[in-house]
Amino acid sequence: MLNDQGRPTRPEGAAPAEGTPAATPWTFTGNRALRVEEPLIFEIGRAETTGVDLPAPDGLAPRLGRLARKAAPDLPGLTEPEAMRHYVRLSRSNYSIDTGLYPLGSCTMKHNPRLNEKMARLPGFSDVHPLQPVSTVPGALDVIADLGGWLCRLTGMDAVAMSPKAGAHGELCGMMAIKAAIRARGETRNVVLVPESAHGTNPATAALIGMTVRDVPARADGTVDVEAVKALLGPDVAAIMLTNPNTCGIFEPEVAAIAEAVHAAGAYFYADGANFNAIVGKVRPGDLGVDAMHINLHKTFSTPHGGGGPGAGPVVLSSRLAPFAPLPFIRLDAGRPVLVETEAGTAPGETPFGRMTAFHGQMGMFTRALAYMLSHGTDGLRQASEDAVLAANYVRAGLADLMTLPFPDHPSMHEVLFDDGFLKETGITTLDFAKAMIDEGYHPMTMYFPLVVHGAMLIEPTESESKASLDLFVATLRDLVLSAKRGETERFTQAPRFAPRRRLDETRAARSPKLRWEKPKPWTAAEAAE
Amino acid sequence: MTLYTKDHEWIRIDGNMATIGISQYAQAQLGDVVYVELPETGKAIDKGKEAAVVESVKAASEVYAPIAGTVFEVNAALTDNPALVNEDPEGEGWFVRLHVPQGTDTGDLMDEATYKAFLETL
Repeated sequence: MLNDQGRPTRPEGAAPAEGTPAATPWTFTGNRALRVEEPLIFEIGRAETTGVDLPAPDGLAPRLGRLARKAAPDLPGLTEPEAMRHYVRLSRSNYSIDTGLYPLGSCTMKHNPRLNEKMARLPGFSDVHPLQPVSTVPGALDVIADLGGWLCRLTGMDAVAMSPKAGAHGELCGMMAIKAAIRARGETRNVVLVPESAHGTNPATAALIGMTVRDVPARADGTVDVEAVKALLGPDVAAIMLTNPNTCGIFEPEVAAIAEAVHAAGAYFYADGANFNAIVGKVRPGDLGVDAMHINLHKTFSTPHGGGGPGAGPVVLSSRLAPFAPLPFIRLDAGRPVLVETEAGTAPGETPFGRMTAFHGQMGMFTRALAYMLSHGTDGLRQASEDAVLAANYVRAGLADLMTLPFPDHPSMHEVLFDDGFLKETGITTLDFAKAMIDEGYHPMTMYFPLVVHGAMLIEPTESESKASLDLFVATLRDLVLSAKRGETERFTQAPRFAPRRRLDETRAARSPKLRWEKPKPWTAAEAAE
Repeated sequence: MTLYTKDHEWIRIDGNMATIGISQYAQAQLGDVVYVELPETGKAIDKGKEAAVVESVKAASEVYAPIAGTVFEVNAALTDNPALVNEDPEGEGWFVRLHVPQGTDTGDLMDEATYKAFLETL
């Protein structure tokens, strides 16, 4: 049976023919108890329906002239309960850190403590408006200043730009500060060194500000070689962008020597702060020679990973870059925060490179991150990092005899990287393995990244998981690996078997994407009879 | 004669014209190719510099020019049908034709047997 969009409503495509026993139990609606086959909003909405019922205003004289619509826009109209149900039902198909272990490497999917939510919802924070008079929001400025102070202390840096909206935006901010510093020296350096294992956003950021990217090859053990960096340095090099621990989950042992060589060549050291959760309270990036680093509050400091926002990616800056921090910023004047919003408000020595956002940053995320810091204290933050590293190494120890480690000689930091060596000869790929994890109720780990490792599987459990939770995860992966080695190929190549949708055709989706919903053509009589 | 690079490009030189693509091994590693970005004709490309970008369901990778030259022709068929790279990487799935100086040195490129031996080491 097909629904009115021509999509099958039966799980396996069709109802059983009359007289044959049902191979798969089916339902009239296509729903399976609480698992609802939710249509697209355009399929359930009706143009004539609306959730609000207001009288037409009196004496309304249209002023659109010839720009007025000839026909009503084809928008889906729903009653309020229908709209509510639609989105709640969709949300129940979602996977989140609130529903299960989320081992997505390099993403630090940690628990979002409810205390943070409670603090962010205090009306003094949740109801402030960025345009209200500054004199009415001293508390909000205190929060921004306190959070900035924590970030500077934890990283050993001099200044912080709070306004960037996400990690990549923070990268852009840091690199623009570097560009401004180079211009201020009267130089035109425009080459950025990026190791092969870097996050893809690093070279993208460098390219966006008009710089040229030069790859730094990885050593056989996945780390960056200081000699390889030195060979690439020159008077045209503006900066190196390095992640530490790197995307293989390995602490770069020569990072201080790399920083020294970069500085000696007149360049700057940008650190990608994505993996900061491994080292909070253990190492201050400023002590490693970092000049700029973004901090993903949604990773390290437990604010929610939004589906595209709101995010916050403050950038800490060394004394060499501090003068170039963008507007707006907060200056402490005898301990009291003063908001500097324009060039006119700057003091001597403050030469902001410009402004990246209209307002001051994501207040809700600031409040949550500060609540996390204050509730943990510096000792608690250090322990969180220690526990995150312990959890990753616990997973590693539980799987190392069955799965394959590309860099067995390096201890893992907050995430453990496996390659697909253990799947050789099984006919099962990293993708198949990840899909089988979905059937077991887990979000897959990061796969095929970093690119320097074949069939990479990057697992980051974070400190949020209990030992019992990690034990079940390890046991599940062990069962999957043993199953793969026994030749139970279908468990993988057919996966996911129990998800609301089976495996999607990623190739076709990428080759011929359908980016807009199209109203289906009315059924022909023959189709309706089917 | 087809020559290969360590980055898995192939090149066939015929007089002043050199055709470039990616090897059978490269397409197998990339998986289903979904997009190919080709250079403008007339563009000069240095040896070892980016000649094209190939994007698969797994990753986006640069295709480097094994020798220097000027873009004479690109394989426009790849724009509509990037799957050609998977189906026939060393034939119909070619990327770029470069106009190259006569007698360009190809001493650092591998012939088929050497490339096959190189693949064995990976």
